[in-house]
Order: sequence, then C-alpha cells, then structure tokens
Amino acid sequence: MIEVQNLTKHYGPVTAIRDVSFRVAPGEIVGFLGPNGAGKSTTMRILSCFMPASGGTATVAGYDVFRESMEVRKRIGYLPENVPLYTEMRVAPYLDFVAEVKGVGRGERRRRVADVMERCLISDVQNRLIGTLSKGYRQRVGLAQAIVSDPHVLILDEPTIGLDPRQITEIRSLIKSLAGEHTVILSTHILPEVSMVCSSVVIINKGAIVAQGPIDMLVEQFFPSSRVEVEIADGGPGVPDAMRAIPGVLSVTEVKADGAGRYVVEAGRARDVRSEIFQLAAQQRWRLRELRRVGMTLEEVFIRIVAGEEHAPVAAVEPEADK
Amino acid sequence: MRVWPIFKKEMRLYFTSTVAYVILAIFLLVMGWFFSQIFQYYAQASMRMAMSPQMGGQDLNVTDGILRPLFSNIAVILLLSLMPLLTMRLFAEERRSGTIELLLTYPVRDGAVLMGKYLAALAFYVVLLALTLLYPLMLFYMARVEWGPLLTGYIGLLLMGSAFLAVGLFASSLTENQIVAAVTTFGILLMFWVIGWGADAAGGAWWGKVLQHLSIVDHFDSFGKGVFETKDIIYYVNFTILALFLTLRSLEARRWKG
Repeated sequence: MIEVQNLTKHYGPVTAIRDVSFRVAPGEIVGFLGPNGAGKSTTMRILSCFMPASGGTATVAGYDVFRESMEVRKRIGYLPENVPLYTEMRVAPYLDFVAEVKGVGRGERRRRVADVMERCLISDVQNRLIGTLSKGYRQRVGLAQAIVSDPHVLILDEPTIGLDPRQITEIRSLIKSLAGEHTVILSTHILPEVSMVCSSVVIINKGAIVAQGPIDMLVEQFFPSSRVEVEIADGGPGVPDAMRAIPGVLSVTEVKADGAGRYVVEAGRARDVRSEIFQLAAQQRWRLRELRRVGMTLEEVFIRIVAGEEHAPVAAVEPEADK
Repeated sequence: MRVWPIFKKEMRLYFTSTVAYVILAIFLLVMGWFFSQIFQYYAQASMRMAMSPQMGGQDLNVTDGILRPLFSNIAVILLLSLMPLLTMRLFAEERRSGTIELLLTYPVRDGAVLMGKYLAALAFYVVLLALTLLYPLMLFYMARVEWGPLLTGYIGLLLMGSAFLAVGLFASSLTENQIVAAVTTFGILLMFWVIGWGADAAGGAWWGKVLQHLSIVDHFDSFGKGVFETKDIIYYVNFTILALFLTLRSLEARRWKG
C-alpha cells in the first residue's frame, strides 16, 4: 500500500533523511519509530504530498506521491504532528469543510461527519469553537478530519502526544479499530504504544532506517537468546560451572560480586531455564535471592539499535542483511 | 477545481472574526465623514455659484463636485490603508498555525486554494463597496446624479481593489507574520501609487511615460470621469493576474523549501 524507495530529503545543507526504504502492506498498522529529529516527520510530509523529496520515490496506493499527487491525496488522511486546526471554526462545520474539500458528496457528507464525530467521541463538542477545546479534544478532531473521507491510507504523526493516559487509551483503541479496512502508518517515540497498536515497525535514526519488520521478529533478531538474571547470596566459584551444565544454557557471566554472586545466564531463545536454575539452587542449597527473566522488549531493541548506532556502522545492525 | 469549499471557509472565517466588522465599520465611518465634508463644500460652492450673476445661476456638476473627489479619497486613503488588512491573514495565518500543511495535502490544487481565497477576499470587498452605495444614493434625493460616472467609478474601484487584493495575497504568501504581510502590501501599493511622480522629473523622456503607465493612480482617473479606457481596464486586469501568478509561484516555492 505504501512503498518507499531510497527516499532522500535535504534542507539546504542538512540531510533530513537519506536512502529510506520500506513498505507497508494493505490493512497493516505500522509504527514509525525513532528519537526526536530522526526524520519521522520529514518522511510523513513527503508521503502526504506536502513537500517533494530530494531523491528516491514513494508510492501510496500505487500512485507516485510526486507525479500523481492528486490521486494520492484523494486516498490519504493525514494528521500532522502539532494538529493544526482552524481555531476560529466550530467542530462540525470544520469537519464538513474537510469532507467537502476531500470530495465527499453533499448527501453523504452529513452522515459521514456525524459518524466520524461519534467514532472519535467528539459529538458533544460539535458546536464549540475549536480554539476553546482541550488538547485531547483537538487531537480527536484532528483524527476525525483525517478519517472523515474514509481514506485507504492514514498517516498519523504522533497521534497520542500530549494526551492524558485515559485519552491515550481511547485514541489507541480508535486507531486499532481502523486496522484492516485502513492502512495506517503512525509515528511515535512512545515504545509501549507501538507494541500495543502496531503489527510491525520501522525504526529510523539520524535519517536512515536501521531496522524494520514485525515486532517479535525484530526482538528475536536482536536478542537471539533469552536471558535470566540470578543472584545468589553465597555464590561460590563453582556456581557458574554448575549452571553451565544445565542443558540449553549457552553462557553464564558473572556480573558483579560484592558479597553476593550475580550472574547472567543466556539460553536458547525458546528455552526458559528458570525452573532448572531454581531446582539446581535448591539441590545445592544456594541461597537464591533473585531469579528474573530479563525483558526482551521492543524498548530494548530500540535502545540497542539507537545506542549501537554510535559504535557500529548502520550495515551491522541492518536486519535485511540477515534475512 | 474545488474552489467553492475554500471560498466558503474563508468567508466563514471573515465573518466569525471581528476583523471583518471592524474594517466594515471604520470604512463606512471614514467614508461618511469624507462624504459629508465634500457635500458641504459642494453645497456652499454651488450656493455661491447660484447667487453670482456672472455664472448665470447654473448648477455645479455633481459628478465633478462630489463623486470624483469622493472616489479618489476612497481610493487613496481607505483602500490603500485598509485593503492590506483584508488579505494579510489569508496565507500568513495558515502558515503560522501550520494549517497550511493540511490544506496543501487535501486533494485540491494550489491554484484552487489560491482562487478560493482570492474570490473570498473579493467578495468581502464587493460587500464593502455595496455598503458604500448608501452615500451616492443619498445624493439622488438632493441633486441630479449622472448614472454613468457613478457606475464607471464603482467599476474602477472594483478593478483597482481587485489588483490591491492580489498584491495583498502575494505578500501574505511570503511570510507567516500577518503584520509583515500587511506592511509589505502597503509598501508595494504605495510605491505603485507614487511611481508616477517620477514622470514629472523625467520630463518628456521615454521612461517618464513608462513610470506614468505603471502608476496605479493615473489609471483610475478616467473611471471617475465616467470614461472606460481599455488601457486602464487592461492595466488593472494584468496587474491582478501577474500578482496572482506570483502568489502561485511563491506557494510552489514554499513547498520545495519545506
């Protein structure tokens, strides 16, 4: 549905993104991840036809964003980062204006606007001036204007930024409900959000794509093993070797030993060695203080990738190379 | 071309903000003052004229005595100072608030956005002019008014105003600051207003004629007299088209700059 190839954008001497390539399948919700200033908004602005790229191509719904911009624009709903709205307009007339500009017919418009206000939970403020609305309501009006024409593709730049936790949950479930019939690409730097809402991610850092794919695959790729942290109060020199003997354990490293013994046990990804370690400890009469599986979350993948960038060249963490 | 929804939106914004009403009120107030002053002066002059035996007691011409001074005063003082305020918001505010990012990603061509905004400003201006008809209409009760010069005068004002609005739209597309847009518009218009003064200094030189031709004010003269001059109409139309064309270019350039 969305295909981006070698997209590059320069602002004068500054390169905002370089050689960005990814694709989004129809009906998918893709998270576009990256630290601030990584080039997320730039990519989205190019996809939404707001500005042309300096190099590379991007197609949305099969149309080139530069050469067939009108066809693309008919098929997308866009929510820019700071949710720019006409503060002097009232909610319902504003949505009616957007629907009309997007080519929704007169008869259908009233129905669509009412429907979208209900979905975005803004029916109760439909006669208020947008300027008087709270941040949460504005965000939802912004989302409503993006979906009012029922577009195939939604481009949402930080849709939950600045909302309170309850509103975040509401917006997330709304976005989730859009999956299937719509293809969604949403940018964020809130990682748990991505795991909750998106089926796959594209991670961008310093203007270049550093990883992409389904979340569980990425986690697997960056953490091929599972890890367990063990702390034993009276851990002696024999402890690591004893643990190494457990089938499936790949390595045991001693982390620090101020009084207690602390170890990181790595095992095969599918192996959970915690119960074995517990039995071993009971057998050996070790005083087990802690036994904890270290989370292999997207957050760690992200931190590893983004921090790893500092030391390793891009190609080293490029997952495409391993596939 | 989806000009209509943009037009409606701009009209809505004009009339939900107080700016529109303030401009209307001040325009009518100041014009009323002009009218009453010019009218009194005319009344006294024609009284003296009627009593003076040499002049044979004939009436002074209303067109020359009232309408022409009234029109040129509207043109100079009111339009020059108030028109920039009518257009300053149109693009500058969209850019400042970021709404331009949404507007320019809707399936509407830049040209349609431009025309929607321009026509809205023009419509507002027509409303303004229509309200000023009040003053000439009052004259019908008191004197014999010639329809012709009144009509051509208004057409002249309309043409000149549409050129002003196009310049204003252009200035508004250059900046995200409304005040900068208004001041730029005012500066450009003022330059075109006084450019003809250079013609006097030039004497009979060819560039004196060019300056004369460029002057916005010189082209308005004939309309006030009740004359349609093709060259004057063409001047204003060209002026408008050129300014709108530059605005379109400026919008496109802004896209590339991002």
